[in-house]
Amino acid sequence: MNRRTRTMAALAVTLGLALSACTGGTSSGDVVTLHIVGFAVPEAANKAIAEEWAKTEAGRNVQFRTSYGASGDQSRAVVNGLKADYVHFSVASDVTRLVDAGLVAETWDDGPTKGIVSSSVVVFAVRPGNPRNIQTWDDLIRPGIEIVTPNPASSGAARWNALAAWGQVIKAGGTEEEARQYVEKLFDNVVSLPSSGRDATTSFLSGTGDVLLAYENEVILATQNGAELDWVVPETTLLIENPGAVLIDAHPKAQEWLDFVLSPAGQRQFALKGFRPVIDGVDTSGIEGVKDPNNPFPAPKHLLTVEEDFESWSALSSKFFDENTGIIVKIIAESGLST
Amino acid sequence: MTAETFAHRHPPAGSTPHPPAGSAPRPPAGAEPGGLAWGSQEGGLPLTPASGLGLGVAMLWFSLLVLIPLTAVMVTASEQGWSGFWRAVTNEQTAAAIRLTVATALLVTAVNVVMGTAIAWVLVRDRFPGKRVLELLIDIPFALPTIVAGLVLLSLYGPQSPIGINIANTRPAVFLAFLFVTLPFVVRSVQPVLSELDREAEEAAASLGAGRFTVFRRIILPSLTPAIAAGAALSFARGVSEYGSLVLLSGNLPGKTEVASVRILSSIENDNLGGAAAIATLLLAISLVVIVAVDLLQRKLVRRG
Repeated sequence: MNRRTRTMAALAVTLGLALSACTGGTSSGDVVTLHIVGFAVPEAANKAIAEEWAKTEAGRNVQFRTSYGASGDQSRAVVNGLKADYVHFSVASDVTRLVDAGLVAETWDDGPTKGIVSSSVVVFAVRPGNPRNIQTWDDLIRPGIEIVTPNPASSGAARWNALAAWGQVIKAGGTEEEARQYVEKLFDNVVSLPSSGRDATTSFLSGTGDVLLAYENEVILATQNGAELDWVVPETTLLIENPGAVLIDAHPKAQEWLDFVLSPAGQRQFALKGFRPVIDGVDTSGIEGVKDPNNPFPAPKHLLTVEEDFESWSALSSKFFDENTGIIVKIIAESGLST
Repeated sequence: MTAETFAHRHPPAGSTPHPPAGSAPRPPAGAEPGGLAWGSQEGGLPLTPASGLGLGVAMLWFSLLVLIPLTAVMVTASEQGWSGFWRAVTNEQTAAAIRLTVATALLVTAVNVVMGTAIAWVLVRDRFPGKRVLELLIDIPFALPTIVAGLVLLSLYGPQSPIGINIANTRPAVFLAFLFVTLPFVVRSVQPVLSELDREAEEAAASLGAGRFTVFRRIILPSLTPAIAAGAALSFARGVSEYGSLVLLSGNLPGKTEVASVRILSSIENDNLGGAAAIATLLLAISLVVIVAVDLLQRKLVRRG
């Protein structure tokens, strides 16, 4: 029995080694492989940028391995060893998690765009023709208006919506107490809190609610894909900023990739998918699915930013979204328990 | 509601068995396949070298896939101490989600015990056109990615329902999603036992003057009980952990339609792995209690039968 047991054990070990060897494949020759890890939304844009880059000298002979998914999950996966040369997340905290893990340099946000590679704004998506006539933030808290928004507790990206709701009260001269009351009323009107932005869009397009708190790029993309909806850019809204960073031990080509992403040619591809360019001088003509092709990204009257209106992402995270003490987390919990 | 409640509901005596005439009565089949694992080795043979090796491989396999990951979850949960654990699971929103999840899973299990047995009965004992197709369709909830199931449920029972039923963002939505994904469990565990069942025992009982209901209760049900219990336990465990199929339809409203797995997701999103593990551990404990209770109950019923 002993010999047989040993044979079986040896077999098991060999099998294990063979399996782990399979995952460690490498490329050879002159072709460089860059690993991109990102949140799901910019997948199409990144692909288009890669195609543009391949036409240039720097981008020749580069191939990509990509992984896209929920921003937080992707960030945690990189911390846990998922190979990445370049990351693109929906919120800054997903990059700072990598900084804390020693994978991304602390200087990642020192560049001209402060680490931001794509941006958008919070908008109100409404039914075609806007039958409930929703134009302003105050319209959202009218009795009987049904709101769909992704859940800020389970989706990092959904926090932009709640922040915009809070920030617009402060911008109009309101106090924090008034902002809290506004957000309370807002969540009283919420009929569905899907887990992610994409789920929220699906839920809204399936007929739930009168208005969806959404990102402009998401509604433009939905329109490009044939969805029937309308949207309103409110007078005061928040600039959504998606960060990108190169990892410390990345292949040198990764920095060249990031430079190209931030170039007018790279930002043009983001614009075509509905993102607002993060630099000036980008060609924004011919974007499908926008309301006015001559002015695809109308400037809102007041544009809030995290830096100017909320100090920093980490400061606002603990103030608003801490699991136990966050202002907005508490409001959401109470909105559910009181009804 | 407790485990007690559903076990006392008997499957309907729906359609009648039609015994083939002319065969001699034999004693009822004694074996009860489909029972839960523990205790079934009572009175087994001593280990031979070969079976010892088999046991070793099985234990290694089981450890790598189940025991070690489960232990890791519990270790993570315990890292924050008892007070941290307690705080995580008594958070008002979390507690509401756990209550909803467990209550709905119990209710769904009760429905499955009745409906699953009835469906298995129809599939085994009745002949009708399309039976083969129906038999294949039963497994669809297993095969369908749950998020796709969620989309289908939303389009059928959401605001744009073609059949006029809109339960989106309400508790019945959670119930319906659980029901959908757990449907096959009882059916698939009862079906093979039922088709192996010795008809002659039923005939013998009938020839001795037992009514249909008595035959069902005294002859058929005791043989099916272990299989029903196994299916019920699987169905409960699956319901408790369900996420994909309901997120679109339920709306995740805190205190109303938010289930435990969504709370776990929220904790993970906030990098609070301890909190997530605490909820998971509690769910594991509840599942274990329910599964043991179901097993004890079925043993009692079998003995009494």
